[in-house]
Amino acid sequence: MNQFQYVRAAKPQAAIDAVASDANAKFIAGGTNLVDLMKRGVMTPQKLVDINRLPFNKIEREGNGLRIGALALNSAVADDKQVRERQPLLALALNAGASGQLRNMATVGGNMLQRTRCAYFYDITMPCNKREPGTGCGALEGINRMHAIFGFSDKCIAVHPSDMSVALVALDATVLVSGPKGDRRIAFADLHRLPGDAPEKDTTLAAGELITAVDVPDGPFTKHVHYQKVRERASYAFALLSVAAALDLDGTTIKGARLAMGGVAHKPWRLTAAEQYLVGKPATEETFRQAAAVAMQGAKAFKHNAYKLRLGPNTIVQALKTAAAA
Amino acid sequence: MNLEPDLPANHDNHDEARRTFLKQSSLLTGLALVPGPLVAAADSGLDERVAAAFDKIPLTLKVNGVKHKLSVEPRTTLLDLLREQLHLTGTKKGCDYGQCGACTVHVDGQRVNSCLSFAVMHEGQEITTIEGLANGDKLHPMQEAFVKHDGFQCGYCTPGQIMSAVACVREGRAGSEGEIREYMSGNICRCGAYTNIVAAIQDVKQGGQKV
Repeated sequence: MNQFQYVRAAKPQAAIDAVASDANAKFIAGGTNLVDLMKRGVMTPQKLVDINRLPFNKIEREGNGLRIGALALNSAVADDKQVRERQPLLALALNAGASGQLRNMATVGGNMLQRTRCAYFYDITMPCNKREPGTGCGALEGINRMHAIFGFSDKCIAVHPSDMSVALVALDATVLVSGPKGDRRIAFADLHRLPGDAPEKDTTLAAGELITAVDVPDGPFTKHVHYQKVRERASYAFALLSVAAALDLDGTTIKGARLAMGGVAHKPWRLTAAEQYLVGKPATEETFRQAAAVAMQGAKAFKHNAYKLRLGPNTIVQALKTAAAA
Repeated sequence: MNLEPDLPANHDNHDEARRTFLKQSSLLTGLALVPGPLVAAADSGLDERVAAAFDKIPLTLKVNGVKHKLSVEPRTTLLDLLREQLHLTGTKKGCDYGQCGACTVHVDGQRVNSCLSFAVMHEGQEITTIEGLANGDKLHPMQEAFVKHDGFQCGYCTPGQIMSAVACVREGRAGSEGEIREYMSGNICRCGAYTNIVAAIQDVKQGGQKV
């Protein structure tokens, strides 16, 4: 691993200034992804600014919702009483990710900002526009079983690996950010970006901007929710594809719905057209099947991931059925 | 395949990295950052001769109840610190990428992968390794249960399995076989001793002993 300078930030502004003023500096919190990437030479920061002592780990009521500090651990959020009662979909998604050990290390902010697990990104002997712009995309004509079916470009077909983010985009969360130019709020759906011509940029954050919290507004989705994750073993694997589903039911009629997919795009993939289709319809398998067809419009597969075109709608139906029965 | 590292070239790379590091160090001036000694030195201006002393950072840790005052490079993982500086080799290096769980230890009572964490990030924290689980010659109930149920074959993953198993019970996630399998999924056993590992955890859970 490359050598680097390590500094521990005592105040948010010091951390922000340190990273904003140095293109080779990175924040480090749990480190579960960054340390891994540094060991492999995929990321080689010259300076790490440890933000773990900053006061961003609370989970509290704020307005009509929960404010979850960016440094709250994944395990702490998944186990939090308020989260389980008010946002059970978020707790389900968190517990579907990683392992008990990693959830005890990974923070909410870091989970959002984790990098793709595309094997070409991880292997420094391979071309990858995300790791090294201009070198090409190894996955485009390579082994692309895990890759995107929505929103990709000819520069990058990688997918975002976070489970938590799939729930947060479905729940209309908002990210709170502090940066060199002050504070701002970002709708969760606008935090991650599509690859386009700049796949090296995962998010819309500016240099030195630090996520401090995420706001999750209260909603009616406290009962009929499900996070369906399909992977190659029963646990502790990244999703081939996942679906976050939430229903607000009046008897058997759908009053409101939230639906998002993971493992299909460069960002957590909200399915708003399918949500709209569901509203006012009976909560039946036929309705769910039709909504899934709406959701999959525009999907396009590569050589090795055509299975996602069938797995996608089937997983949506399964998630909605399980949510309705919850 | 050439298995011998190209020493002179590596040495050059190291020097280059060091120079880059030193240049970066001098940029630290004026930041309200800890650790104190490093910042104080930066404020007084760094040159390359002085800065060499700061390749290592002071670190205080409590490991298995014993306080250690250490000096570590920032890139030293907690796992490497435990094994190579403190010679606590019970904690194993399996994959070294957070995928196998062999390196599981407890930090302030919480199970973590020690391979994915820089030691310097644990200033002032309390670490428990497999060596710290027994009470003198009396094995921890989970260790007893792994012996009783034959919860291992080669034994390499076992320290991580046991540290994780203790945490799993403490977290209240050992309520059923399914729950144990889910919450122990971060510990891989290539011998496939899972059935016996689950039995050992269930035994401890049902025995109601303090873990």
